[in-house]
Amino acid sequence: MASEPLYGQPPSRPAPWNDPKIRAIAFQVAVSLGVAAFLVYLVLNTLHNLEARGIASGFGFLSRPAGFGIAQSLIEYSEASTYGRTFAVGLLNTLLVSGLGIVLATVLGFVIGVARLSRNWLIAKLAAAYIEIFRNIPLLLQILFWYFAVFLALPEVGEALKLGESIFLSRRGLYLPQPVLESGFSWTFAALAAAIAAGVALARWAHRRQELTGERFPALLVSLALVLGLPALAFIASGRPLAWQLPEMGAFDFAGGFAVIPELAALLVALVIYTAAFIAETVRAGILAVAHGQTEAAYALGLRPAWTTRLIIIPQAMRVIIPPLTSQYLNLIKNSSLATAIGYPDLFAVFAGTTLNQTGQAVEVMAMTMAVYLLISLLISFFMNWYNVKMALVER
Amino acid sequence: MARLERHPELPPPITEVGVLGWLRHNLFSSPANAALTLVALYVIYLTVPPLVDWALLKADWTGTTRADCKSGGACWAFVGVWFNQFIYRFYPVAEQWRVDLAFGLLVVLVVPLFVERFRWKGWLGAFIVVVYPAIAFYLFLGGAFGLTYVETSKWGGLMLTLIISAVGMVAALPLGIVLALGRRSTTMPVVRALCVVFIEFWRGVPLITVLFMSSVMLPLFLPEGVNFDKLLRALIGVTLFEAAYMAEVVRGGMQGIAKGQYEAADSLGLSFPKKMALVVLPQALKLVIPGIVNTFIALFKDTSLVLIIGLFDLLGAIQAAVKDAEWPQVVTEGYVFAAALFWIFCFAMSRYSQKLERRLGTGHKR
Repeated sequence: MASEPLYGQPPSRPAPWNDPKIRAIAFQVAVSLGVAAFLVYLVLNTLHNLEARGIASGFGFLSRPAGFGIAQSLIEYSEASTYGRTFAVGLLNTLLVSGLGIVLATVLGFVIGVARLSRNWLIAKLAAAYIEIFRNIPLLLQILFWYFAVFLALPEVGEALKLGESIFLSRRGLYLPQPVLESGFSWTFAALAAAIAAGVALARWAHRRQELTGERFPALLVSLALVLGLPALAFIASGRPLAWQLPEMGAFDFAGGFAVIPELAALLVALVIYTAAFIAETVRAGILAVAHGQTEAAYALGLRPAWTTRLIIIPQAMRVIIPPLTSQYLNLIKNSSLATAIGYPDLFAVFAGTTLNQTGQAVEVMAMTMAVYLLISLLISFFMNWYNVKMALVER
Repeated sequence: MARLERHPELPPPITEVGVLGWLRHNLFSSPANAALTLVALYVIYLTVPPLVDWALLKADWTGTTRADCKSGGACWAFVGVWFNQFIYRFYPVAEQWRVDLAFGLLVVLVVPLFVERFRWKGWLGAFIVVVYPAIAFYLFLGGAFGLTYVETSKWGGLMLTLIISAVGMVAALPLGIVLALGRRSTTMPVVRALCVVFIEFWRGVPLITVLFMSSVMLPLFLPEGVNFDKLLRALIGVTLFEAAYMAEVVRGGMQGIAKGQYEAADSLGLSFPKKMALVVLPQALKLVIPGIVNTFIALFKDTSLVLIIGLFDLLGAIQAAVKDAEWPQVVTEGYVFAAALFWIFCFAMSRYSQKLERRLGTGHKR
């Protein structure tokens, strides 16, 4: 009995209900329909509920007057301004505290992370204690502590703490002399811009020279000197067009000067201290990730210790540090929304808080608020991914 | 002239060994280091003695009113008077044994999981995750079989903190695994896209907006007349938020599994569910236990945010107490107590996670 040859036949096909491809398509169609039906159900419910409760919809409310005051605003704002304006004020306040927080937390985090690795036993233990204490206490608790137990416990205006003649610290906040720019200050700005441009050009030239000849040029130091020196020269040459407006102590409050409200101070201190603990751990892990052989190889090539750190260790450690550092920055921005607990007028407090309460348009307001945070997250992720690719190891 | 006999061995110089040697090597190895040490010592001198003075030496430990605290140090009498509220909030005192029983039972059930030689860990774990929540829920809420009904608005304090974090954890893990599987799918682009959008959405917004949405907008999404309990709404928000983070942790673990494992499972003819449940997930989850514990620590700290939507967890109960008119100026004491409690929980968990990382790490390091 001659059996048929097994080769040369088309491969056997499973029954349609067993074919993985058909199954995958069927499953996806089912899931898509399910999700779509669920969304339609939610939208219909919402429309019905909004109608039943008599809540208006649409974004018309953004051009209506808001009618409430905001304690701190970076742009012109009054009670007669629109809800759209409150959105902008809140957004700028969020960006202000996030920007300041990111810079300060990075500096403090790097210092503590390096201190954690110090060969000085006491310094290393102090840094470890700092990290373990502050990252294991909820951020909200820290914010409340700094606000209610520290900044609101400061003396009243009359007995404000004085630092020198014109810096005051009281429960109304921190009052600093405010610089007032006079005509002619634009020369200083122009000089600063020129110095930055020159610095960038210098760095490029130094890089090219090093690629060609191997000789290093202290581009960083020279550009730093340029950025500080040129504006200073222009400032003096144009006749020092800057005056200081000093805060004056009044009966109940200060007049004039640059005021840092206690809400901002408390939020900023808490955010910086909390995030720095996480950044310090990131930095430590990054530095430890660079194999010791790299240091030894650099010494064997005759590099000085300072150069070894700057040229060998830091560039390699940064590669490990950047991705988790990005997520810490994102956390800080998202955590700044806790401002609402102490009344700092950030986006969440002003817009999703007061504006939502007054207009009742929960859907539009929450959608706008969440969209802002999502957009910031996505932008920073994209930027950091681009930077990460630039810094990534080029394998040859 | 040469010396012929061996010189007797000298002891090492005293500056190199013992306390002095340790000090020299670790604190004063160079002038810069010595300066750093002195600065650090000065900082410690400035901060620690006043703190000890305030918190321990000059503190008032007993009393029933604010007036009993006269010494100028910390007023721990405040914590003593309010302690019951910090732990149970308004849960009726006569019924508090039910809470104690539920948490006691949990401790008894969990302890064997840490015993190396205990053999039925899988069954016990399943019991804790599936059966125990039902028992605990019945004990907390009551309303049947002879236990009086205690509505959720009376729950609060440390009890509520533990409930929210435990429920968030137990509910978020399976959802996170499903999302991670969806995101890793290669044959179903639509499912993958849906999972990516879901995960990135929740990870991109702050938890407080999620809680706010669940408390303000969830009633709008539901049909008229259907209304959820406030606590349940917060739990839904926390779970969805945490599931997205859990999904990323699990995905990391699945990426750490060698491709050969998938191929081996395929060549054995295992179906997709069997491949995942029997080969990939057991290895992946074991890899990411430290990551899961870290997510849990973050969730535990984040539960304090529910005070913003008007639930009184541990921090909320303390916040309410320090605003009591009969107890002025105990803000610092209240927050220090809350911080200490949170810190103990989080620190213990992070130490446990580090221990696990060391123990599990040995098999997988290249």
